[in-house]
Amino acid sequence: MQAESGTFRGVAVAGTWFWLLLFALLPNLMVVAVSFMARGDDEFVRFAFSLESYARLLDPLYAGVFWSSFRLAAIATLICLMVAYPFALGVARAPPRWRPALLALVVIPFWTSSLVRTYAIVILIKTEGLLNEALLGLGLIGEPLEILYTETAVLIGFVYTELPFMILPLYAAMEKLDWRLVEAARDLGAGSWAVLRRVLVPLTLPGIIAGAMLVFLPALGMFYVADVLGGAKELLIGNLIRDQFLSARDWPFGAAASVVVTLLMAGLIGVYALSRRRLDARGPA
Amino acid sequence: MIQVASRAYQGLVYVLLYLPIAVLIAFSFNDSRSSLSWRGFTTDWYVKLLEDGDLLAAAGNSAVVALLAATCATLVGTLTALALYRYRFRGKGLAEGLVFVLIMAPEIVMGISLLILFVALGIGLGFTTVLLAHVTFCLPFVTVTVLARLNGFDRFLVEAAQDLGASEWQTVLRVVLPMAAPALAAGWLLSFTLSLDDVIITTFVAGPDYELLPLKLYSMVRRGVTPEINALSTVLFVLTLVVAGLAQRLMQRR
Repeated sequence: MQAESGTFRGVAVAGTWFWLLLFALLPNLMVVAVSFMARGDDEFVRFAFSLESYARLLDPLYAGVFWSSFRLAAIATLICLMVAYPFALGVARAPPRWRPALLALVVIPFWTSSLVRTYAIVILIKTEGLLNEALLGLGLIGEPLEILYTETAVLIGFVYTELPFMILPLYAAMEKLDWRLVEAARDLGAGSWAVLRRVLVPLTLPGIIAGAMLVFLPALGMFYVADVLGGAKELLIGNLIRDQFLSARDWPFGAAASVVVTLLMAGLIGVYALSRRRLDARGPA
Repeated sequence: MIQVASRAYQGLVYVLLYLPIAVLIAFSFNDSRSSLSWRGFTTDWYVKLLEDGDLLAAAGNSAVVALLAATCATLVGTLTALALYRYRFRGKGLAEGLVFVLIMAPEIVMGISLLILFVALGIGLGFTTVLLAHVTFCLPFVTVTVLARLNGFDRFLVEAAQDLGASEWQTVLRVVLPMAAPALAAGWLLSFTLSLDDVIITTFVAGPDYELLPLKLYSMVRRGVTPEINALSTVLFVLTLVVAGLAQRLMQRR
């Protein structure tokens, strides 16, 4: 039995290892290795141990890039949460037979390239775009708003391209919710705000955390949103890393930046896993 | 009252989700260079796309890469799913971890890590590197889709086949793979759209001379708004919608 089953097993296991080791493990180890090397003059890297790239990340200029990327990603996450929460609540409270269709309508636009969706935002918000025409036409503004190529535009882009990643986990958490708890709170005299703060939010916390991660993490790397909507004025971590590899040709520095980003993300994922375990341990929520 | 407000809010969010795309598509048929006012229906911009030789070449490259990448990713991804589903082997935890890393790793990090790998191995940037990179980022989605489907089935089916004397190859080919077939097809379709749309990883591994559709679209978009871009975006939008819709239907089939 064992010998006879060996060949397929061998093929499957060997194939799996081949691809995962060569294209997942090795490249990531190489990034770490390159981040500790010196910048080369002719070659991309010089094989000498150096911490210079990490030291340069502490330079206020680059620390500032990290800070503004995190700030933008955090604001985008917060806006997504505020937009998505009441929306997901509405879907979760809709009659069950409507829910799949309501959710599908959220997901469908997001099957397509986020570059296409980013471009769609440009059409809407550019100075002679539809938004300005509509607002001018309604007499709400006297002069066209200059939104494109500002931080606001980048935020709109993030929120628009990532909103479903907030809606879906929130909905998943709300769908499992025992609504009798909400009714009980109301019967006991809790107002809407108290119900939200002391019943709904704690019970849907796993969904909130999952959604926040799914929005926050990709927002750090999407360099084309900053390029196309921010007019390359907003330098984000993603743009910084790309430039080190494709134009500045400082691989060790780009690698160091991406190691730091990866560690920060791993940290966030760790916090998420931990909080999940805490919540699960707290009993049926 | 709250009901009405909630419905109205939901409606507003849907409008905001669809409005940008609807405007984009509408103006791809507008008989004017400006995307401000409607001057009548035209398909000129689509004809222009077909007359753009560079663009067609890039589209051809993208189609070839997407077809091959989806096929290879389905093969390797399914093999990985089968290995993880059927067998215990040394380092299985690491293998599962690496699949997770491929899914969670930010695209930009995967892009630079593969660039470093290819340069270190001395593989010239171009078709080969794009294909290998696309297979790599599509693979975990196939693996996860296939695993999810296999885990939805009763393991007794497999055990029954083996009790009845099926060899390992027979079990895999005649029992496990037919069970997983819809997931294979869904994984292929999903990979096809992922490969066709990817900008970030492709930016790093394509090299300067190998043109692909998403990169071409990216450089066009950076230069400004034109009806040709609207037309190209519409084509891509409809194509991914159809392919992803098919994948979705396959995954729901029991």
